[in-house]
Amino acid sequence: MNAPVTYKVSIGLETHVQLRTRSKIWCTCPNRFGRPPNTDVCPVCLGYPGTMPVLNAAAVKQTVCAGLLLGCTINYRSKFDRKSYFYPDMPKNYQISQYDQPLCTGGAVTIEVDDQPRTIRIQRIHLEEDVAKNVHFADVSGVDFNRAGTPLMEIVSEPDIESADEAFAYLQALKQMLVYGGITDGNLEEGNIRCDINCSVRPVGQQELGTKTEIKNMNTFKGVHRSLTYEIQRQIDVLQAGGRITQETRRWDDERGVTSAMRSKEYAHDYRYFPEPDLVPVVLEESPLETWRAALPEMPAQRRARFVADLGLPPYDAEVLVADKAVADFFEAALAAGAAPKPASNWVMTELLRALGEKEWTLAEARITPENLARLLQLLEEGQINTPAAKTIFSACFEQGGDPVAIMQAKGLSQVSDEGALTAWVDAAIAAHPKSVADYQGGKPAALQFLMGQVMRASRGKANPPKVLAALKAKLDA
Amino acid sequence: MAARFPSTIAAWRQALEAKPRHNLPSLLANLASAIDRCNPGLNCYIDWDGGEVQKALGGIDPEPRPGAGPLEGVPIGIKDVLNVKDQPCHCASRILEGYISPYDATVVARLRRAGAIPLGRLNMDEFAMGSTNENSAYGPVRNPWNKDHVAGGSSGGAAAAVAAGVAVAALGTDTGGSIRQPAAFCGCVGLKPSYGRVSRYGLTAFASSLDQVGPVTRTVADAATLLQCIAGRDPLDTTSLDVPVPDYTAALGSELGGLKLGLPAEYFADGVDPEVTRAVRAAIDECRRLGAEIIEVQLPHTRYAVATYYIIATAEASANLARFDGVRYGARVAGQDPLDSYQRTRATYFGPEVKRRIILGTYVLSSGYHDAYYLRAQKVRTLIRQDFERVFDQCDALLTPVAPTTAYRLGERIDDPLQMYLGDIFTVTANLAGICGLSVPCGFSTTGLPIGLQILGPALREATILQIGHAYEQATNWSAQHPPHGREAIQS
Repeated sequence: MNAPVTYKVSIGLETHVQLRTRSKIWCTCPNRFGRPPNTDVCPVCLGYPGTMPVLNAAAVKQTVCAGLLLGCTINYRSKFDRKSYFYPDMPKNYQISQYDQPLCTGGAVTIEVDDQPRTIRIQRIHLEEDVAKNVHFADVSGVDFNRAGTPLMEIVSEPDIESADEAFAYLQALKQMLVYGGITDGNLEEGNIRCDINCSVRPVGQQELGTKTEIKNMNTFKGVHRSLTYEIQRQIDVLQAGGRITQETRRWDDERGVTSAMRSKEYAHDYRYFPEPDLVPVVLEESPLETWRAALPEMPAQRRARFVADLGLPPYDAEVLVADKAVADFFEAALAAGAAPKPASNWVMTELLRALGEKEWTLAEARITPENLARLLQLLEEGQINTPAAKTIFSACFEQGGDPVAIMQAKGLSQVSDEGALTAWVDAAIAAHPKSVADYQGGKPAALQFLMGQVMRASRGKANPPKVLAALKAKLDA
Repeated sequence: MAARFPSTIAAWRQALEAKPRHNLPSLLANLASAIDRCNPGLNCYIDWDGGEVQKALGGIDPEPRPGAGPLEGVPIGIKDVLNVKDQPCHCASRILEGYISPYDATVVARLRRAGAIPLGRLNMDEFAMGSTNENSAYGPVRNPWNKDHVAGGSSGGAAAAVAAGVAVAALGTDTGGSIRQPAAFCGCVGLKPSYGRVSRYGLTAFASSLDQVGPVTRTVADAATLLQCIAGRDPLDTTSLDVPVPDYTAALGSELGGLKLGLPAEYFADGVDPEVTRAVRAAIDECRRLGAEIIEVQLPHTRYAVATYYIIATAEASANLARFDGVRYGARVAGQDPLDSYQRTRATYFGPEVKRRIILGTYVLSSGYHDAYYLRAQKVRTLIRQDFERVFDQCDALLTPVAPTTAYRLGERIDDPLQMYLGDIFTVTANLAGICGLSVPCGFSTTGLPIGLQILGPALREATILQIGHAYEQATNWSAQHPPHGREAIQS
């Protein structure tokens, strides 16, 4: 019997990223999500007769910056082309895209899967327009053109990805970098990042790539992972059964967890590319490019290294904090407001992330500010509150907002360090528990903890524990 | 005989200033009644119902201040391909039935800024595709000199209306001769500006790399005035050129001394109607008499121009016209699914010439044919452009016929598209090269049909060709002739 054949997987991703610009790519309509259908529209983005596109310079800048972040070669001269096909979400029935002269070529994304670093090469990044959104009702369909004309950057990877896990890691890393670069909001729910998958398998040892299939319009990273897991196994099963892979476009059915072939009518287009005559070629100058390069924001990897080296945080902390740019920004803002790195890191990693998880909120939805956290940590540091009180104040800040000092005062959470009050509680505890006093004095230190608990209870948690301890010892050891 | 009605921008403004005898409402009302009388025979205005003047007066000052703008109170006819806010823009096609434009084309906005009143929708070939105005869903335009003949195209309505005195001036568009050829056929002046001289924003595109908006007028001076108002960089059209606009009127004089004018041999070859050749030769002699030096030049790639033009123009058109699918505006035929609805809508509402060009354009761009047709045509286009660059090193402008013949009989070429396309031989080159061209009347055939002289100039040298056209016009009286089916002949 022959040894079982093992297969090598090759995956290439075409990732579409909506750019975070104020206006759309060809017109002055706002580029934003969530408005009532067909309200952010004008004759240009509706493709009215006679209208012409004017290229949004910010979209070019963002695409070039993405290219710089991914180490691409920036093409000083690029152009736009028309890609023709008929579909109701296309206002002009052609999409203005970039065919043979994209803004960026080359580049790479480094990922880590099972502690193995891998380099995924980028083939190109080009700029195009997003299309409208088809909406289907019971017996009719509608088209919402708010999205039409959103600047869309397409990042095409080489087929260097070798597993579903790697595809997932690639998308995560890409998203992290682009969000860090301020290039996209990276909001998957709003369709900020979508991708098409090209996937093939071949027996190990075979040089040329196997026949590929394409899975279109994936809008979650989890979906990419699941569909690839399915598709890779499907292709291997076909080959092992002696069959051949058909080059085709497949649709992912998220509910059933399978891919299925689309009718060729649905995807077999002759796009008839030709240069867009309504736009002049894009010519980039060296000097603004240098300015953009110099102003590039710090990337996650650099930030992690800085957190470890400059702030003395453990690598694990750095990893967790940096994963979400908003969280890392919050953390750094708290430091700027006076918090010490390690306590701030602890509170962000435990309390903040836990609260966000419980509420399923984004950081933007939480009411607490970095200044609030810094103030809270200061109260704790100064002994004005104890840890349970700090957590209570944190929750209030998180949900309703407000100054920690004010909340402390309103809720009566400040620690009591006043000698008179402490002495009264201590004396009462000693008087009420002579056995514990005897035990302690007889050499059982645990009894001191009991007495301490009695004082804390009497003070309803507000007594300053170190002072209580000191006062008890002073009385009992005398 | 002096004109009784103000048929030029200059005359209209004079009439306005001659108050209290005239005022704007009465001048417009008189013009409207002239249109009412002439239009049924000529069909130069689409859907003219007489209410246009009232609508136009609604938005403007009936007491224009003559000093306010160079076109203050002057009605300008608009080709049906240019968007005017709140008006239909049918492009003479049924597929845009019901479409009301939500915005002004930049040229229209600039006319308004100059004080002009956009008036009426001038007939044309459907989507500016044609050379006779017979491809209009609203019926052909007839030549005001002989109603059995075509007005030319695609700006046939503009040329016929101006020639007939039922438009003071008009804006047309020229993709391969669509201003110059109908101007020649109808005996008026037509200017195709250099590519990028005038904004295309709001011009419903036929072939974006060839289209330009330009004036159709009775005199060269009026063409200069109109160009002055519409030319210049437009931030909404990034292909419009960011270069200063010269004073076109200041360049107009009566002398041609010091100018060197070229005669391209290829434009005087066999196949040109002898009457046309004779009239153009006489015009050349006149220019020589006015002081110009005449030289012979060569444009060797001319013979490839028509083929090149019809590949590039149709390729661009196939994409430009893809948006007419019935989803967002215009006519729609329902179908089982979107694609079915598109096919039914487009099959029902596009005319045969538009369909022919969309199919041709789709073919030349399709995979496997793209390089042999579209790419090759782009290379030839470069050669044609270089031809002109070379000759303009030797001379200031070229003199040629506008078309090989006078206006065809109605129906004469409608069944032979190839013959029809060949008639564009002398005009398509200017669009391919991006240069400017002017058509001025230079005589009549023995049957009384007008003949046009074409003056081609280098890119952005409109001032030069206007200067030549004006001097020639002043030395002759072709422009003062009035056609038998126009306002002067009909209105009492």
